[in-house]
Amino acid sequence: MTTYDLIFYLFAAVTLISAFFVVTNRNIVHAAFYLLFTLFGIAGIYVMLGSDFVAIVQLIVYVGGILILLLFGVMLTNKITNVDIKTGTIHALPASIVMGLFAGALGAAVFNTNWKVVELTSAEASTTGLGVMLVNEYALIFELLGILLLIALIGAASMARR
Amino acid sequence: MMYDWLYNATGSEVIAAIIQSLMPLFLFLLPFALFAVLLERKVSGHMQDRLGPMRVGYHGLLQTIADIIKLIQKEDIIAASNDKKFFNLSPLIVFIGSYAAFAAIPFSGAFLGSNIDLGIIYIVAVTGIVVAGILMGGWASNNKYSLLGAMRSAAQIISYEIPTLLVVVTVIMITGTMNLYTMSEWQTEHFWNWLILGGPVFGIQKILLIPLMIVSFLIIFLSTLAEVNRTPFDIPEAESELVSGYHTEYSGMKFAIFFLAEYANMFAISVIVSALFLGGFQSPIGYVGNLFGLPWLIPFEQFFWFAFKGIFFVFVQMWLRWTLPRFRVDQLMAFCWKYLIPFSFVILLIVGLITVL
Repeated sequence: MTTYDLIFYLFAAVTLISAFFVVTNRNIVHAAFYLLFTLFGIAGIYVMLGSDFVAIVQLIVYVGGILILLLFGVMLTNKITNVDIKTGTIHALPASIVMGLFAGALGAAVFNTNWKVVELTSAEASTTGLGVMLVNEYALIFELLGILLLIALIGAASMARR
Repeated sequence: MMYDWLYNATGSEVIAAIIQSLMPLFLFLLPFALFAVLLERKVSGHMQDRLGPMRVGYHGLLQTIADIIKLIQKEDIIAASNDKKFFNLSPLIVFIGSYAAFAAIPFSGAFLGSNIDLGIIYIVAVTGIVVAGILMGGWASNNKYSLLGAMRSAAQIISYEIPTLLVVVTVIMITGTMNLYTMSEWQTEHFWNWLILGGPVFGIQKILLIPLMIVSFLIIFLSTLAEVNRTPFDIPEAESELVSGYHTEYSGMKFAIFFLAEYANMFAISVIVSALFLGGFQSPIGYVGNLFGLPWLIPFEQFFWFAFKGIFFVFVQMWLRWTLPRFRVDQLMAFCWKYLIPFSFVILLIVGLITVL
């Protein structure tokens, strides 16, 4: 087992264990805090796969943005307005059937795919290539996504003003 | 480079990496924090026509060491209604977030934690972990002042991240790199090559850039100042309203870790701003090592300039803290959204035009 493997398993363990706690924890603020470790572990795995830009965007968007927003929402509703958020289990049977089917489909996809095996090389910076592709081959999609985000922003602002 | 030397000396990648990642903490950050705490007290004292600490050592030089010894002896108080697990975890996460930024900061030509291409963006990303840690501490303290302080702190950091990032994007457009080492190299040799004075390319572009860059420098300095919650932006720990914000409930070494993280953050933003606009570790007037043909001297000189610029801006932050009163919450938000963000957007557009033409 090389150092690379060791670090990979470390990040994988962090991700899986904290994800387990996110799902099972009864306290919703605790669950949100455990999500920090899950997102961090996933960013680590992206780095191990050599996609540095995706890892950092993962940190900026999920840890710096969505997680903080989630924490704000949970804290404000939970502590200040004294509304109980339900964290119990409901519809256990249909949920486990659907999840079992989904897990089966995922497992089948994982085990039946003919994975391409590439030799381990030292990772190269992916930002320049990504930027060139975004403004050349995928320029239209990139611009459309930009407009979509802008519309979402304006919508959020106008809803907040009401 | 330091890593190669360590690798040859120890013969193991892992040991070399561990030693290298601990070096900034033990050789630089801890002595710096000891010095900076004393400096803060001395600066505040002299600004208010007092002497500051005078008793321990010559003019109070050993005061911080005595304080640290006292803090180590203190009882670690955890109140019964604190959320114990996250209460203990929070100082650690805050410190990890602020120390992780040092991985991409070039200390000198010979010492750089990781020469990743995304340097400055990586630093912005790991700062997000600090916000989560602060919220965790404020919530786990189970104290309304702590929670309010943490909320204010998080809201402030998120708002002021926007002007910071806009200025960073402007700088990236001019230099064409996100790597802080390459950025510092780009502004090498003389102080008129610094980005605040238009960068090393002479011509019409330099003249056009000078006023824009001075305004950008002010914007990023103010917004990063707000991100580390220093006066005049210190409403998260406003003593007169909130006791001391998100670390009200912490005592002993946990409080010391929060304090260390704050000073580490202050130094980190100082060196990031100087790496973006003031040439980072590069000397403003050329190197003594080049003059006398002593190449081994240059990394040490670079480290001197790095520390000098960093500590100078830390001093400016203290100077502001003991000069200016605190903003009100609405003034704080208005300053960010109505002044800093529009200005940085306009500069971003103009600089975009200049670099295209």
